[in-house]
Amino acid sequence: MSAPTDPCAPLLARAEALLEDLSLHGVAAWKAAHGGAPAIGIMPVFAPRPLFEAIGVLPVNIYGGGDRVDVIKGDAYYQSYICHIPRSTIEMGLGGQLDALDGMVFPSTCDVIRNLSGMWRMLFPQKYSAYLDLPQTFEAPLGGLFYRHELSRIAAELVARGARPLDADRLREAIIVENRRRALLADLASLRAREPWRLKASEAYLLTRAGAVLPCAEHIELLEAFLAAAPERPVRAYDNVRVIVLGAFCEQPPIGLIRTLERSGCDLVDDDFQLGLCAIDGAIPLDEDVGDQSPLDTHDPLDALVLSYTLRGQATATRYIADGVKGEALVNRVRTLGAEGVILAAPSFCDPALLDQPMIEQALNDAGIPFTSFKYAENSAQFQTIREQAGAFSDSVKLWGAA
Amino acid sequence: MSTQTASLSTPTTARAAGPAPAAKDLSQQRQKEMLADYFEKLTRAKEAGQKIVYTFVPGNLNELIAAAGMMNVLPEINALQSGMRGRSGGYITEAEKHGHSEDVCTYVKCDIGMMLNGNIGPTGTKLPEPDLLLLSYTGCFTFMKWFELLREHYKCPVAMLHVPYQPEGRITPDMRKYIVDQLEKSIIPALEKVSGRKLDRDDLAARMALSSKAEDDLVAVWESAKHTPSPIDGYFGGVYYIGPIFSAFRGTQGAVEYYRELRAEVEERIRLGLGPVGPDGPIGPERHRLVVEGPPNWTSFFDFWRMFSRENAVVCASTYTRVGGLYDLGFRHDPDRALESLAEYCLGCYTNLGLPSRIDLLEKYIREYQADGFLINSVKSCNSFSAGQLLILQELEKRTGVPGGFIESDLVDPRYFGKANIDNRLQSYFQMLDARKARGYA
Ligand code: SF4
Repeated sequence: MSAPTDPCAPLLARAEALLEDLSLHGVAAWKAAHGGAPAIGIMPVFAPRPLFEAIGVLPVNIYGGGDRVDVIKGDAYYQSYICHIPRSTIEMGLGGQLDALDGMVFPSTCDVIRNLSGMWRMLFPQKYSAYLDLPQTFEAPLGGLFYRHELSRIAAELVARGARPLDADRLREAIIVENRRRALLADLASLRAREPWRLKASEAYLLTRAGAVLPCAEHIELLEAFLAAAPERPVRAYDNVRVIVLGAFCEQPPIGLIRTLERSGCDLVDDDFQLGLCAIDGAIPLDEDVGDQSPLDTHDPLDALVLSYTLRGQATATRYIADGVKGEALVNRVRTLGAEGVILAAPSFCDPALLDQPMIEQALNDAGIPFTSFKYAENSAQFQTIREQAGAFSDSVKLWGAA
Repeated sequence: MSTQTASLSTPTTARAAGPAPAAKDLSQQRQKEMLADYFEKLTRAKEAGQKIVYTFVPGNLNELIAAAGMMNVLPEINALQSGMRGRSGGYITEAEKHGHSEDVCTYVKCDIGMMLNGNIGPTGTKLPEPDLLLLSYTGCFTFMKWFELLREHYKCPVAMLHVPYQPEGRITPDMRKYIVDQLEKSIIPALEKVSGRKLDRDDLAARMALSSKAEDDLVAVWESAKHTPSPIDGYFGGVYYIGPIFSAFRGTQGAVEYYRELRAEVEERIRLGLGPVGPDGPIGPERHRLVVEGPPNWTSFFDFWRMFSRENAVVCASTYTRVGGLYDLGFRHDPDRALESLAEYCLGCYTNLGLPSRIDLLEKYIREYQADGFLINSVKSCNSFSAGQLLILQELEKRTGVPGGFIESDLVDPRYFGKANIDNRLQSYFQMLDARKARGYA
């Protein structure tokens, strides 16, 4: 008798092919099919994709070269004590792998990405290059207005380079489509949390990351198709430890590392790998009542986009937590998802993730939640040590409920 | 930025390691007294009901803090002082034992280690705890994480001033307005709430007028290094000169007097044809004129300086001495536009400039100060400075034809100061400069 076929396999294969398309052939094809419309790379972590889609620009989240780009030229630009993603990104730029892009946007994630924005400007003067200063104050008249100016500025600069003018109706439409995606990503997340054997973390990763290079409507098709087919997957439940992974929001772990964690007795029921697509909790509050946010108003789609960040941005390492308590969001997430532990996985030399870590550990300790931590690089090839560490962690959680 | 430390520890350190130190100038004596007095006041602050603000050097709002009746404590300065006093290694180890990664900024770990060890300041007495953490988020992402960490410990309020970055080296009206609005709606109310009194805006304007006077004289001191031989060292010596203005004294009469005296001393040195004074006394005839990018190493500050002074290499301009304000590009605190001018000050600090602007500035220094070399000291701790410095090196060599040197160290982690290695590199670099000169390159 032949093994039952997985109806989701072709969808996952497509998503994996997108991950492996380092030379952005798909982006080039999109441009050709859209009369040469601009495509813009976005470095981690976050820039609001509907803004770009509304002006006819394809936003493409760039995550460096992972473990499949040999970095030679990129190393000439960085000292050994700087993380890996900027060097592989430069390598790809100099090697022509990012030629399909008409420019890059560098959000204010950390000093490395900030300085990379200037390097990019110098290394690729013919391309568009913008720094997006995300606000660190979240009151509507302060950070809200500033962020609105930032978004308007970037849109205007792209319009001057061939994008469509920013129009309220088209932005409204793009937000409605984005909200549909957000709902599907939430469905995906809850399926994974409910039945992690039906949707593994590595699969959720591929499906989510596909949205980094696809137009939103196409990503929606992929997610809908997966969610429709998922109940028919041949699966077998495992008795694994339920863990959340945190800290890997910028430089991405190799997919092999995520699979290694899965094989070490852990069900990764949540993570922040693709924070760029998931940095907002819930929907963009278009036309919603969110209380007085004057001078901003959710009936204005650009204001709604701004408020989605100021009001609903996730508590991440790159965002100032004004009145909140560090680690509180994670502890709540652990409780809500019934997770039994946390893996703190940070890229080596990643300032935001590593500076956050002691505060996160404190919060976990205070809440009695077991955790373990390790560092990786996007081009890590040896996972044995991590497998042993994660395996020992899951065993100890199973046995004693604490690491 | 380093003046507090330097003034307090130079004589002992230099004496221990070499010939007798040079006699103190009037300005040095004054600085020493100012600092001693300030730390004395800090020690008694709590009993005197004085509110304390912890804040950072770049983008500091000293006039505003003082006009609100409060005193500042600058954690970077505490960290570098710990570095110079040989304490930082232990503090860093302590912080790492408490879960702080070996990969991150050693200023942060040194400060946390010092806090865990009782927060004993440079004068050997306990520093007062903060009543407010004023997080001026200028030019360095780590500042934000640093104060998040301190907030966990001190459980005191934090006031966040988000200063936008200048990616294109240009201040836009939106940027300025954003900061002014934050000052009006968030920062000033936070200061008033903690201090329990209304901000005195006349006092603020008066302080800014004093700042401007001191800034004029500081610029004259910087520009004296365009003279050959340079009467000052604009890096190792420069960190002493920035002390008052980068720390608690900008906007005070004391700073005005300090910089007036310093300027007069420097002008006198020019008149007498004298070069700078090094760690072991006057530096011999000027052999190399350098521009330096990046902060110094503090744990081996004098050893590091000697590697230059021994070769009669003088640093005529440096970017580190501009992290607390780029006055030589024309900025002055303006009493008539107090908040706008504070906004421009915060925006204009060196590490808040995009990389292309940093390169333009370095190129300007190399040309205007007629440097025959430039050197990058790349510190492991500081991505804000270091990420991109290898491109800076390439680009400056291409633009100016002046050869660059590149060394790596750290701010306050003694494990990352490889003395022999750095010395070898510098000696080779100076030999190369000599060889170039011998071949007729200016
Ligand atoms: S990995 Fe961390 S330090 Fe490196 S670019 Fe990303 S956020 Fe910045």
